[in-house]
Amino acid sequence: MTMFEYAPAPESRSIVDIRPSYGLFVDGEFADGTGTPFTTVNPATEEVLSEVATGSDEDVDRAVRAARRAFVKTWGPMRPADRGKYLFRIARLLQERAREFAVLETLDNGKPIRESRDVDVPLAAAHFFYHAGWADKLEHAGLGPAPRPLGVAGQVIPWNFPLLMLAWKVAPALATGNTVVLKPAETTPLTALLFAEICQQADLPPGVVNIVTGAGETGRAVISHPDVDKVAFTGSTEVGRAIARAVAGTEKRLTLELGGKAANIVFDDAPIDQAVEGIVRGIFFNQGHVCCAGSRLLVQESVHDDVVASLQRRIGTLRVGDPMDKNTDLGAINSAEQLARIRELTAYGETEGATCWQPEGDLPDRGFWFKPTVFTDVSPAHRIARDEVFGPVLSVMTFRTPDEAVAKANNSTYGLSAGVWSEKGSRILKITDQLRAGVVWANTFNELDPTSPFGGYKQSGYGREGGRQGLAAYLRSDS
Amino acid sequence: MTHVLDPNALADTSGGAGTPPDPFADVTRSNDAFRAFLHGLPGVDQVGAEARAKVLGTRSIKTTAKAWAIDTAISMVDLTTLEGSDTPGKVRSLAAKARRPDPTDPSCPAVAAVCVYGDLAGVAKEALAGTGINVAAVATAFPSGRASREVKLADVRDAVANGADEIDMVIDRGAFLTGRYLDVFEEIVAVKEACGPAHLKVILETGELVTLDAVRRASWLAMLAGGDFIKTSTGKVSPAATLPVCLVMLEAVRDFRAATGRQVGVKPAGGIRTTKDAVKHLVLINETVGTDWLSPDWFRFGASSLLNDLLLQRQKLRTGHYSGPDHVSVD
Repeated sequence: MTMFEYAPAPESRSIVDIRPSYGLFVDGEFADGTGTPFTTVNPATEEVLSEVATGSDEDVDRAVRAARRAFVKTWGPMRPADRGKYLFRIARLLQERAREFAVLETLDNGKPIRESRDVDVPLAAAHFFYHAGWADKLEHAGLGPAPRPLGVAGQVIPWNFPLLMLAWKVAPALATGNTVVLKPAETTPLTALLFAEICQQADLPPGVVNIVTGAGETGRAVISHPDVDKVAFTGSTEVGRAIARAVAGTEKRLTLELGGKAANIVFDDAPIDQAVEGIVRGIFFNQGHVCCAGSRLLVQESVHDDVVASLQRRIGTLRVGDPMDKNTDLGAINSAEQLARIRELTAYGETEGATCWQPEGDLPDRGFWFKPTVFTDVSPAHRIARDEVFGPVLSVMTFRTPDEAVAKANNSTYGLSAGVWSEKGSRILKITDQLRAGVVWANTFNELDPTSPFGGYKQSGYGREGGRQGLAAYLRSDS
Repeated sequence: MTHVLDPNALADTSGGAGTPPDPFADVTRSNDAFRAFLHGLPGVDQVGAEARAKVLGTRSIKTTAKAWAIDTAISMVDLTTLEGSDTPGKVRSLAAKARRPDPTDPSCPAVAAVCVYGDLAGVAKEALAGTGINVAAVATAFPSGRASREVKLADVRDAVANGADEIDMVIDRGAFLTGRYLDVFEEIVAVKEACGPAHLKVILETGELVTLDAVRRASWLAMLAGGDFIKTSTGKVSPAATLPVCLVMLEAVRDFRAATGRQVGVKPAGGIRTTKDAVKHLVLINETVGTDWLSPDWFRFGASSLLNDLLLQRQKLRTGHYSGPDHVSVD
């Protein structure tokens, strides 16, 4: 061996016991669904992992009634400090079983084990720890002297961070005294069902957390159920619009966390090596299946060539392949459907005249894969500069002055996140003030923390998750 | 195994002593010009550099890759003793260890060099005669560098005369930190000239430069002055070698070669004690500058206790069980 070839370093899957089939988790117990079950596959191999129940309207109704009972009888009246204890217990159990969750997440989602192990699971636990601390301090959250819970929250979450999105939804809802009916995405239900086991292990009172699996129909039943007081959704802008229509005219409170097309702005005085790392992290983290992904790179013309050359060299070192290998950087695309959408949008990129670059190397034969891709010569009018690809595809554009950078960055129907790279502090402060995005990172990207509110402007949705601000979505401050 | 730099790379050096290679030939025309050049290098974001080093530190190097990494790391060791109590006996015993690090296994590679104070270079040279293992000597009023230039140059000439193949010099950190970059540059040029055929490793003492911006500037300064290697530390100041510092230095040699065609080696020294640390450095090379630097010609570990841990891990891979510290020699 003349080169440094990393030998395969697969994480063992023996720690996870995947059952052949799963029911719905309603009122503290697993029960069969009345809809037609569906299968969930490992997107890296197309191997069927398990069969999962579909929640029908009746099943959702049962779940909502269980949640209502728990809200009225146990969870709502419980001392806030005791609610906090349950959340601390859940957080510790997540940590204790972290490896199990990480392996299962990677098998069901296709993301690299390094990310599920080092990002998804620790952050999910951190969200429970953070909100556990709030449970008995809500009167100090700046939301009135005695904020009260809303009741039953219907929550629908996406497939890109299955466990983490569950934590973002469930932790604040429970900490504020609400009960939940949660519908995980149909391609990634398994970690939510393992979380149901954690709820049992933590002796959480029945009905406080209900998990109803299924596809779009099940989600529709959850959000449109008349006894749901609060709807929280993370997912595509298209579905978000439909939910907003369905909820309009009802008493339900609504938060939406939708798509994005974030600008990552690199000035000529940026720390170039770290900016390149940030660009890579911005668009290739989680295969680009990230709503806040930095999918539009805006780079100052004077350093464009250097940055693109460094970026391509760096992308050449990304390790694409088996998500269970501990050295993998880029895993599998979550589903055939998503792969088709990425292919469709990148095909537009080429026909519209942008230049497509991909590193050399082969992709696995089975499973759903897409190479890290960089488009240069992109015009702001191109679809790849406007539409959310939700895949490992970066569009590079240039600017000449700070004003132009801001104008181009804000020229999007979305406004979820943005990034600024510069060694000049005053410039960073000025630019971040002008960017119309819910989260703006300076000299970093995709850095998430439960203490920091997350949410969008414009078509990226409304409401915030995380931080003190995130609590407002689950509390009534009129009293 | 050779420890002579690639002759093709050497041919790319500048026309005359003291002139940086193209396209940077004029950046040292004045201290102001040199300062403008060094401060015009892209900055380093400390948080970002540390994060990158940390992610690379999670690479899982197992089985065949680990075996290769251990042997490569052994071949890159500059086995070092730099104590006031050093004696000819100690140096001879180190030299014996350098030739045959694992006496029970002839397939174990020798180390790259033995690194000593200049007055003991002759003893090391004699003990290593015919082995291909180089003698490295620290010089220039190591480790502080606080002496007149005449004294430093005399120190270098003395070490070379004693048989040193490689000179590990220290830069004048005081001059660097007060912005007298040209003085630092000229001193390195003078030392390089005094080295004659010996290789020059330039110790930046990054623990005293503190910021990664300063590490990048000092790296470029040393490369422009003709250093064959840039080295992190003397081992007498804490912190010594760290992964983020090594990352920044590797980026510097990568960018310098891209600009000038001249390849410069990197030597982290001090604080690297375990196989795990060494493997992390090899991963850092592999994913920052690529395989061109994965040889003892271009990368060294300045270390003393590291070698024994590498040998223990090597035995573990071969036999499947850990042997105790008594299975490797005490130096």
